[in-house]
Amino acid sequence: MNQLIQTAKEIRRLTFECIASFGSGHIGGSLSIVDVLTVLYFDQMNIDPKNPKKENRDRLIVSKGHAGPAVYATLAHKGYFDKKELYTLNKIGTNLPSHCDMNKVPGVDMTTGSLGQGLSCAVGCAVASKIKKDGAYIYAIIGDGESQEGQIWEACMFASNKKLDNLIVFLDYNHCQIDGTIDQVVDCGHFEERFKSFGFDTYSIDGHNLQEIKDTIIKAKQVVGKPHMIILNTIKGKGVSYVEAMGVKNHSIPISKEDLEKALEELK
Amino acid sequence: MEFRKVFCEELRKLMLADERIVILDADLASPNGTMPLYKEFPNRCFNVGIAESNMVSIAAGLSSYGMIPFIFTFAPFATRRTCDQIAVSLAYSNQKAIIVGTDPGVTAETNGGTHMAFEDISVVRAIPRVMVYDVTDAYQLKQAIPQMLNYDGVIYVRVPRKLYADIYKEDYEFTLGKSDILKHGNDVTILSSGIMADIALKTIPYLEEKGIDAEIISLNTIKPLDEKTILKSVEKTNRVVVIENHSIIGGAYSSVAEFLSTTRPTLIKAIGINDEFGQTGKYRELLETYELDEKSVSSKIIEFLKKAI
Ligand SMILES: Cc1ncc(C[n+]2csc(CCOP(=O)(O)OP(=O)(O)O)c2C)c(N)n1
Ligand SMILES: [Mg+2]
Repeated sequence: MNQLIQTAKEIRRLTFECIASFGSGHIGGSLSIVDVLTVLYFDQMNIDPKNPKKENRDRLIVSKGHAGPAVYATLAHKGYFDKKELYTLNKIGTNLPSHCDMNKVPGVDMTTGSLGQGLSCAVGCAVASKIKKDGAYIYAIIGDGESQEGQIWEACMFASNKKLDNLIVFLDYNHCQIDGTIDQVVDCGHFEERFKSFGFDTYSIDGHNLQEIKDTIIKAKQVVGKPHMIILNTIKGKGVSYVEAMGVKNHSIPISKEDLEKALEELK
Repeated sequence: MEFRKVFCEELRKLMLADERIVILDADLASPNGTMPLYKEFPNRCFNVGIAESNMVSIAAGLSSYGMIPFIFTFAPFATRRTCDQIAVSLAYSNQKAIIVGTDPGVTAETNGGTHMAFEDISVVRAIPRVMVYDVTDAYQLKQAIPQMLNYDGVIYVRVPRKLYADIYKEDYEFTLGKSDILKHGNDVTILSSGIMADIALKTIPYLEEKGIDAEIISLNTIKPLDEKTILKSVEKTNRVVVIENHSIIGGAYSSVAEFLSTTRPTLIKAIGINDEFGQTGKYRELLETYELDEKSVSSKIIEFLKKAI
């Protein structure tokens, strides 16, 4: 577990450097999912960075596609591509556009960026995996603001109707979206009850506790006949105190050299 | 001035005088600049959350009660995502709304390919009762906003959020639905859509160097087209170039071609996005990538005029 904690720290560092190299970006929602990404790519997922399209692999669809920088940092750290590429983020001609891109980035399993669509794509993958009987797990990460899209709930209805127990969804419950907190914009409270009533096997855990994330995934895999929803109680901007302190204002912000130094000091 | 500032200021004035006006946002009120209106008119501003299709049909309900909804979101979500709601809840149902699609085409900049709508005009233009207005500059927008209240139908307003070049002066007078002749000329008619007026004007020195005296017209509305002004110019020049920050399929070029092919067949050069997707980059970088910068545009016009005699 100590090893994983170090890995998460390194991914946070890389995420910050990646966004800082461009000068601005979606830092808040990137940092809030680093821990789940760490557990997935460095502990749980059946994947091969040397063979990103490996058959039977587990897949992850980051439906809140603006968290691309965290995904790319994780993939680079896992060895999918050279870390140097991270510093081309979002520049003209880059292979790393800041929203997740499956055709440009080795290891990304679905293109996302228009909120609400990725979970349905994951449902499609989970159905295909059942048809192929390849034994894969399909993971998805959705945002709490994103869950205001009706399509999220359409996907949920279908997933439970088809008993997709190979689908493990994480909700990044960081309580923030662009125009304010979730409660201020459109209150989406009672997430766990809602997903449960949509037929999901649900959990609500500390989204920054690697052990708890790991244990919950293992527990969820034992439950048959239902798709799984793991609500990650998170902090937007987790890991860098000045970003955390900005709260709802940290969605997409400029990052200067000084900001980077401050952040790296904390992530030592 | 930034386009979003213009919207906010003008709407503020109108809302004070006209209680029918309501504002709808989908978690992009801060980037789109409508936030100050929420403070002043808390009962007439609604942030529906990240739920664009929902927002459009809510607007239809409001409209059926005699309200005039202004809907704000990024251009791809304002059109592609909500196409059927625009068609059925609003247009087909004879309702009224102003849909403001921000950061169209390359002005989506580093939000990248998923957010870069090159087909937003095509998507909504085919729907009856929808007016398509590609905003040219901030002075014009300021005058257009009050006129929007009078249109009996849906207006799709395509507009960047931030600051782009001024084309007109303070004393300029605009009528929504009319084009503007920015420069008179005899050799070719250049029709620009929206902020591409700036690029069209910047081609002048390059064209003059080759002895080309272009007439430059800012279309402003793609639907309806200002047919009279276009026809009058084409009678004189016989050759047309259309410049747009949009796919050449279904946008300004298509509209002009559809019109001229039946009224006065003319050679037309399309300068826009050639059936491609968007990508990340800054405005100028993207103009160059898609060959929409003044240099590339000028050489395309010069080449076209050599062939189109
Ligand atoms: C369909 C759609 N509408 C709007 C946006 C613009 N947008 C990007 S991120 C965001 C807020 C997302 O909030 P949330 O899902 O909670 O993400 P997080 O807090 O994890 O960053 C919005 C509105 C978008 N990308 N897609
Ligand atoms: Mg959130």
